[in-house]
Formats: sequence, structure tokens, C-alpha cells
Amino acid sequence: MSILGGGIFKGMAVTLRNFIGSYFHKERLITNDYEWRSEGELPQSIGDYPKEEGEQLRDTTTVNHYSRNFPMLLHDTGEPMDTIRCVACQICERECPPQCIYIEKSTEKKENADGKPQFYPAKFDIDVSVCMSCQICVEVCPFDAIVMNSQFELSTPNRFGGLLVRRDDLLKSNDYYHKIHPQEAAARDQKMVADKAAKEAKKKAAAEKSKAAAEARAAAAEAEAKEDTE
Amino acid sequence: MITAAPNYELLQQEGLETSLLEISMGPHHPSTHGVFRMDVKLDGETVVELRPVFGYLHRNHEKLAENMTYLSSMPFTDRLDYFNSMTNNWAYALAAEKLIEVEVPERAEYLRVIMAELTRLVNHVTLVGFFINDLGALGTPLMYAFREREKILDLFEQASGARMMCNYFRFGGLRNDVPEGWLGRARELVDRFPAFLDEYEQLLCENEIILSRTQGVGNLSRELAVNAGITGPMLRASGVNYDLRKVDAYGIYDRFKFRVPYTDGDTGDCYDRFMIRMLEMRESVEILKQALADIPEGDIIGKVSKVFKPKPAETYGRIEGPKGELGFYLIADGTTKPYRYRVRPPSLINLTVLRDMCLGGKIADAVIILGSIDIVLGEVDR
Repeated sequence: MSILGGGIFKGMAVTLRNFIGSYFHKERLITNDYEWRSEGELPQSIGDYPKEEGEQLRDTTTVNHYSRNFPMLLHDTGEPMDTIRCVACQICERECPPQCIYIEKSTEKKENADGKPQFYPAKFDIDVSVCMSCQICVEVCPFDAIVMNSQFELSTPNRFGGLLVRRDDLLKSNDYYHKIHPQEAAARDQKMVADKAAKEAKKKAAAEKSKAAAEARAAAAEAEAKEDTE
Repeated sequence: MITAAPNYELLQQEGLETSLLEISMGPHHPSTHGVFRMDVKLDGETVVELRPVFGYLHRNHEKLAENMTYLSSMPFTDRLDYFNSMTNNWAYALAAEKLIEVEVPERAEYLRVIMAELTRLVNHVTLVGFFINDLGALGTPLMYAFREREKILDLFEQASGARMMCNYFRFGGLRNDVPEGWLGRARELVDRFPAFLDEYEQLLCENEIILSRTQGVGNLSRELAVNAGITGPMLRASGVNYDLRKVDAYGIYDRFKFRVPYTDGDTGDCYDRFMIRMLEMRESVEILKQALADIPEGDIIGKVSKVFKPKPAETYGRIEGPKGELGFYLIADGTTKPYRYRVRPPSLINLTVLRDMCLGGKIADAVIILGSIDIVLGEVDR
């Protein structure tokens, strides 16, 4: 039987060890130091946030390889709207769990980066206040057109309209994507090339098959014609 | 010991009755862990009647999931019990995988176990912190608990991109492989964790105030626990050796050596429930050590399309969540959406014995009894 109050003193020894230890070992600290911008440097609307330079990448505590906060639309090198990957198929709009994506399909087709005429989103808005950063839109997109951005400072003083991010603000280049998520972007590019090659191979095979079938048909017809003459 | 409530009829006959005090604890009382209300009737400080009122956090989870494809409701399962998003994901993935019959790759199975056991550490360490917080030790133990929890959440963030709403499991595997160096960091954390547990036990387990406040308070008998369908650490604290990791051996749990701590069932009080969690953390560390040593290289997800149409069938997928048996019951009707989607939440079912445990106790004890049940209102109300 230990003396009454001994357990309390044992506990206090632990708190003392933690208190003194926190001056020497960082893992004993219960708080983190985050670098923060001063009041004057805080952006006033989403448009003011650094778009291309990946300024928030310095903060290693919150931005990492898989970090995801808000979707962005990808375009290849060139003018954003000329090389946009999105074809307004509206799968992400349908699958989005909180239904925060609004898309309007264009009425006429336009040439995309591959020179193929495609539809494009006349409107593509995502509501920041509804989005829950779940990444389902990224997973269901068959065109690798939408991926997650790691920018997290999305607050704005204008709650009407300011929280609805428009297509032109969502558009980011593939180079920017490579900058923020290098491994993922490289893997995605590789997958896209492989998909394209597979598609072409399939097309080629299909063409050959139809050609062979046509030849066979022609041969059969010829044989039939021969039989008829005989 | 719980003393029986006074015989009010007898007191009334003798003309000795005083009026009962009715108070409504909650829904914003700090002790109720969310928006939960206890309507209690007090005789002095003794609880003579208790009525739990909940539903303040009802978010239509089940009906929402019935109106979207199977994959789309995965992120919503994160928000059931927001401390344990990884295990919630697993239970749902398990149920849906039975519908579409997909093989989960070896590496994914190992990572699932690792994530689930890390989640168990997160949950138990948080629970113990809040439980001591309910006892009146404001701050220190909870902050130590949160310090360790944050290290695990950093691992989750590195793997899945989010601290709490991980949305990491997919049907047939996981969304992505863990980044380079992650397993090393996890091993480092797991190696250091027992030292923290030693310190935490030294801080709490012998403290006389904690002993006198928790021992003999909120007794739950083995019979009542079984009859009420209690599962998880709370059931084991009442002396029933029942753990789905052993009973079902879902995933690859049959490959690991670990013990299931349970009591002899004499008391089943708040102290037992507190200590069971402390002991379970040690076993989780053991599982983690084995899993992190054996994890193979390989694929991370089987072949599953994003939107699928399972054959009409019924399934029930269940796991041993940190709070108890978490089950998902699905009825597929051949479309891309489930016809019925039902969650068996451990928090809600463990909460049903609250009245039985609190009656006859003091009002201050009702707070720690609720704390020892370990509820999250997101899961109770769904």
C-alpha cells in the first residue's frame, strides 16, 4: 500500500518532466509553430491568391505530396481556353457527393490541344462553401481534366458570389500541377500517354479487323460470283 | 457502490418528500461531447431519472447514400465518427466488396490494418484525454493526448491528403500508395509510442482522485451488456471476451499475434472501461509492429470500375471499430445506387444503457459515465 497522494505526485513528476523537456525536445511541445503572414499581406479575394508561383509550397507542415483542398481545371501548354482538357461531359457534376459543381456545356465544338473538335465548358463553377475536398471528381474524370489544388487560403470577405469560383479562376496549367504534386502529375501524364497509345492500338486493330472482314467478304462474294457463273 | 434510489412512495407516506429538481443537461453542455441532451431528475445530487435526447446532429446520412452511387457515399462515411474516418471507410468498403466480389491486393490489406490500428490509437488516446477532462483535469492530460494524436494525424495527412476526413479506402484496395518514407516514419512513431503510454499511465493510472472518482461508478453487468447489444471495449470491460478481429478475422487479422484485454466482469465500472482502452493501445502497437515488419510490395487496388452495377443482393460488412462493432448493411437492386443503406453505429447502441448506469448515482458521475461510453454524436445521429 503506497502512501495516500503518492499517485498524484507521480503524475506531477510527469508534468514537470514534460514542462522542462519541452525546452529541449520539440516532440514534447504540444503546439506547432506556423509561419503566418501579417494582416496587410492577406489577400482580399480568391483572384488575388498566388496562381502560378506555388507560394504556399514553403509551408511543409500542411502541404505535402497528396494534399488536397480544392479542385482545379487543367490545361496543357498554351492559351488556357485553347488547351483545356475538360470536354463538359458533366460526370463530375453528377458524381460530386455534395453537389457543388455547376457546368454548362458549350453549344459549338472547338479544337482542343490535340486538334480534335470537342465541346468545352461554357460555365464551370465550384462553390467553395459546399465543396468538401473529397476528390471524387478527380477520380471519376475520364479525361484527367480536374485535379486537386493544395491552396488552402480560400477565404474571402465577399460571401455572395465571392465563394463561387469561376472557370477562369479554376484553370491552371499542367506545369503548375507538376510543381505542386510532382509524383502524381508524372504518373498521370504517363497514364494518359499509355491510355492514348492503347486507344490508338485498339483503333488500329479495329481498322485492321474491319479491313480483313471486308476482304473476306469480298473474297466470299467473288467465290459466290464464280459459283454462279459455273 | 451504487446505492439504490430512495423509496419515494415510502417517503411520501411519511410526509418527508422534497420536490425533485429537473434539469436539462445539454445540448450545448461541454460534458456531452457534442449536441446531446440528458434530461435528468435530481433528488439532491442523486439521479433518479434520466432521459437521453438526441438527433440534433441528424444529417440524413442513410438517405443521402441511397441517392448516390456507391463510391460517392464513401466520403460521407468519414463524417460518421469523425475521429475514426479510416475504420468507417473500411467497414463500408468491406460491405460493398462483398457485393462486387473483388480481391484486395496483399499490400492494401496490410496498409488497411496499419491504418485501422493507428486509428484505434487516435481514438483511444483522445477518449482517455476527454475522459480525464470530464473528471475535471482541464487541459494537461488532454493536451498530451492531442500531441500524440497529431503525430498520427500527420501520417494520415501524408498518406491520404487530409488529417481527419481521410477518404482513403476504395472498393478493392486503397486510393493511393503511401508516399516514400512513410513506412519508416510510421515505424518510428510506433517504436516511440510505448514510451508515451508508460508516461501516460504514470500520469493517470495511480492518481487517487481518478481512482476514487471512477472505481465503482457506472457499473454495467455482463448480462445487461450482452442483452443490450453493447460491443467493443465497453463490452470487454464488462467481462465478455468478444472482439471481431478474432471472431470474424476480417481482412488479414488472423495473421497477427495479439491479445484481447478483458476484465473478469465483477464491476464493469468506469475505471475498467478506462483501463481497457489503455491496454488495447498496447496491443494495437503490437499489431502495428508486426504489420509494418511484414508489409510486402505490390499493387494497391484491384480492378474495380468507378461506377458499377452489382447484382441484386444483401450484404452486411462489419469490423471491430475503436468504439465497437461498426456495420454497414446494403441492399443492391441492380442499379448504380444501393436500394437500402443502413449503418449499425456502435456509439448509438452503446449509449442505450446510459440510463441504467446513471440511475442512483451522482449527477457529476453521469458526466463521466457518458464520457466512458465513448460516443461521437456524428455517429449517434447520423
